[in-house]
Amino acid sequence: MMTNFPWLSVITFAPLVGVFFILLIRGDEETTARNARGIALWTSVVTFFVSLGIWVNFDNSTAAFQFVEKVVWMPGLNLAYHLGVDGISMFFVILSTLLTVICIVASWVAITDRVKEYMIAFLVLETLMVGMFSSLDIMLFYVFFEGVLIPMFIIIGVWGGPRRNYAAYKLFLYTLAGSVLMLLAILTMMSEAGTAEIPKLLKYDFAPTLQPWLWLAFFASFAVKVPMWPVHTWLPDAHVEAPTAGSVILAGVLLKFGGYGFLRFSLPMFPLASADFTPLIFTLSVIAVIYTSLVALAQEDMKKLIAYSSVAHMGFVTIGTFAGNLQGIEGAIIQMLSHGVVSAALFLVVGVVYDRIHSRDIDAYGGLVHRMPKYALIFMVFMMASVGLPGTSGFVGEFLILVGAFKANTWVAAFTTTGVILGAAYMLYLYRRVIFGELTKENLKTILDVNAREVAIFAPLLLIVFVMGIYPSLFLDVMHVSVENLVDRYQSALAAAQHISAVAK
Amino acid sequence: MPLATLPVLTPALPEIFLAVAALLLLMAGVFSNAETNTRTISYASILVLLVTIPFVGMVTEGRSVTFGGAFVTDTFAVYIKALVLISAAAAILMSKDYLKIQGIERFEFPVLIVLATLGMMMMISANDLIALYLGIELQSLSLYVIASFQRDSTRSAEAGLKYFVLGALSSGMMLYGMSMIYGFSGSTSFDTLATIFHDLHGHAPAIGVIVGIVFITAGLAFKVSAVPFHMWTPDVYEGAPTPVTALFAVAPKIAAMGLFIRVMTGPFGDLGGQWQQIVIFISVASMLLGAFAAINQTNIKRLMAYSSIGHMGYALIGLAVAGVAGDVAIRADGVQGMLVYLGIYMFMNIGTFACILLMKRDGRMVEGIDDLAGLSKTNPGLAMVLSIFMFSMAGIPPLAGFLGKLYVFQAAIQAELYTLAVIGVLASVVGAFYYIRIIKVMYFDAPADELDTGISLEMKAILVVTGIVIVFFIFYPMPLITGAEHATAALFHK
Repeated sequence: MMTNFPWLSVITFAPLVGVFFILLIRGDEETTARNARGIALWTSVVTFFVSLGIWVNFDNSTAAFQFVEKVVWMPGLNLAYHLGVDGISMFFVILSTLLTVICIVASWVAITDRVKEYMIAFLVLETLMVGMFSSLDIMLFYVFFEGVLIPMFIIIGVWGGPRRNYAAYKLFLYTLAGSVLMLLAILTMMSEAGTAEIPKLLKYDFAPTLQPWLWLAFFASFAVKVPMWPVHTWLPDAHVEAPTAGSVILAGVLLKFGGYGFLRFSLPMFPLASADFTPLIFTLSVIAVIYTSLVALAQEDMKKLIAYSSVAHMGFVTIGTFAGNLQGIEGAIIQMLSHGVVSAALFLVVGVVYDRIHSRDIDAYGGLVHRMPKYALIFMVFMMASVGLPGTSGFVGEFLILVGAFKANTWVAAFTTTGVILGAAYMLYLYRRVIFGELTKENLKTILDVNAREVAIFAPLLLIVFVMGIYPSLFLDVMHVSVENLVDRYQSALAAAQHISAVAK
Repeated sequence: MPLATLPVLTPALPEIFLAVAALLLLMAGVFSNAETNTRTISYASILVLLVTIPFVGMVTEGRSVTFGGAFVTDTFAVYIKALVLISAAAAILMSKDYLKIQGIERFEFPVLIVLATLGMMMMISANDLIALYLGIELQSLSLYVIASFQRDSTRSAEAGLKYFVLGALSSGMMLYGMSMIYGFSGSTSFDTLATIFHDLHGHAPAIGVIVGIVFITAGLAFKVSAVPFHMWTPDVYEGAPTPVTALFAVAPKIAAMGLFIRVMTGPFGDLGGQWQQIVIFISVASMLLGAFAAINQTNIKRLMAYSSIGHMGYALIGLAVAGVAGDVAIRADGVQGMLVYLGIYMFMNIGTFACILLMKRDGRMVEGIDDLAGLSKTNPGLAMVLSIFMFSMAGIPPLAGFLGKLYVFQAAIQAELYTLAVIGVLASVVGAFYYIRIIKVMYFDAPADELDTGISLEMKAILVVTGIVIVFFIFYPMPLITGAEHATAALFHK
């Protein structure tokens, strides 16, 4: 059905149509704001439903890229406008479109200043995110990957908190410094392989002496994005200063750029270097899981705590990815999707009370369950999902990753498991201090429970958390063939290299 | 005694047209009421410059030489000349309001720009060391005058004087280099020199030739304001009237770059091993200085000076690639990357300077970066356009500036100049810092006193055109890239 429909182009560029209409709005501030919100919401909702179309029409039985579109772009450099998704990238497209809707609804009343620009920034961001996940041309990928910095810089800098300048600069320069080296690596690959098409590059065997350099250049970029310890320090700053929706999109989608990059590029394109550097990744990830969990335990700022927990959870993702086996990689993808939903939800949870009290200090709260029972329930579900309680999405990801890690390296699995325990510790500690206890603070005595709009935001996220936790096959079946193909490619490249070195002896 | 035959004039027709037109405009200015006619002459100059563009494009059929081989036109010349003519026309168009505000609205201004443009076109078409020198001097003399056009301002006078003294110094160096080349090879013609050096078959030339190349390179580096010959740039940029600065940032630089390319790939094309390291050095030094020295600037014109130094460094990467021994395709890629870069650079700079020229408060020009504070509130349209230019200059995709960088870095990687490429991208991160600072000032800072909001029709047109080019270039990059490809072909497939 509708096989020739340019699904991905429509999903990618539909938000820009919304931007165009928002630009046309004239009138006083009140009307402009109202119309901008309306247009942005409609655009993002339509985009989201269109994006569900790729799930419905997705063929689970093949590892090949689907919904492929290709138009020559710059023939001199062999570049093409080339889109397509496989089982690995498909869900990220939907995650991006879903979270954009959530962000726009979440900013409905919180953002009153320069609403028009704000909505434009988010819609442009959506285009770039979707484009990034569906690019099949490596240079096109880079364009989207890097272009995200522009709206993100503006979102944090204009609508952020008191230290927003510092945070916006840090985000921009850290990620830019990481990704320019990747640009050079991409150019080297293009010159080496003579093509910029990702499907062809996935099959190209780069020289074993070149692989470590290319791998390191990609690592510089993805490690900053993930973020991995010790280059994670931009993340807490960015999260704390960003407006709620900015944090949501940052934690929900942008961090996945790094994890997705490792899966799409590092592992299949430089398998030998990936195997050589796996101990490095494992070490950094284990440090991230344990160290940032401990740091999270000591936080006084709710957003900062969740930011550090993101670093820890993304540490799981990198461990699963570089375990290099089916369970590890599927776990990594599920963990990314789950974290995309759960951390986004947790930032929204913080946003709910922040909008009412305008404080992110944990000490400013306490005993909220007495005034906000519904809120307490929602918070609890997402908190449990973050901890990895069976039945929630967090469990599936963490469990699969630990299985994969155990197969690859038992010590790594053992250390990683402590992260699960520490995760439970800081989340429960946070929950107890905010929700339970006596309601003593004066300003909390009149606080209102979540309203209909907020429930509407959380409802789809709750649904996903449970569906993914109870019936993960719905997601795993889609990615299974693609991941199997990736693992095959990785393992066979390693086996071939081993064979060569054995023969050489 | 046979009559001296008249040389074939057709290849030089656009230059002749421009020269005649400049003289006519001058006459018109002198013999009419200057006060009322400045505007007419400005518009006439713009018209002349724009009419010359199709003229330039029409003449070329392959490669044609005239004036005893001293003057050449080819597709390469067409490309660079088109860029120069567009930027000169834009500079005149932008100058109208500024000149009126400063009370220096005189008809000589556009005429001098036309004459300078003529000099630039001579440079671009030079095929002989003497012709090269003539072109440079005609250009420079006109530019010295318009740098100090605002006679009552000491800063402007200082800028003109500084430019003159240092320019004379560089001309002297270049002349010295030329005489060395002539002394050791016996010719000033590019074609003859190319043959002589080609016949060396990779052997090192006489030491005098190398000294000559070094001096010529130094002179050309001065003209493109590459480090270490950049010292004049910030002062001249700051002191000169802003439309003049806008002109300096684009037209003469692009012309000098064109000349640089022609000299290095033409007569010295087979001596890449001798000059490549010099070009790599000035490229690296320019990128780094352009990035670091701009950080502390508070005056936006000075900032743009350092920014242009940095951009010249990136463009020179392409020239360094053209000095690689061996594969012609790779060398051609270097030059092509450079030409694409220069084309995009022109649009970004014209747009940015149009924004700078709109920075007025109570009818007076301001040029502090802080004066832009909160511009996104007081004048959202202008702020958006300027931030597009800034992101583009920083090389952030999907804007055009990124594609310029992509092309030169791609050439560098192909030529395996990895160190140069790594230094280049890291310098671009540092450079990004000061470009985004301007965006920060406009968007994140509390509004300062409001800037005047009226934007004249000409300015609007310039902003819209350059803005559209920068934003939509990525969707349809082929015209510029194909142009650059044709231009490069002229240099490498004789």
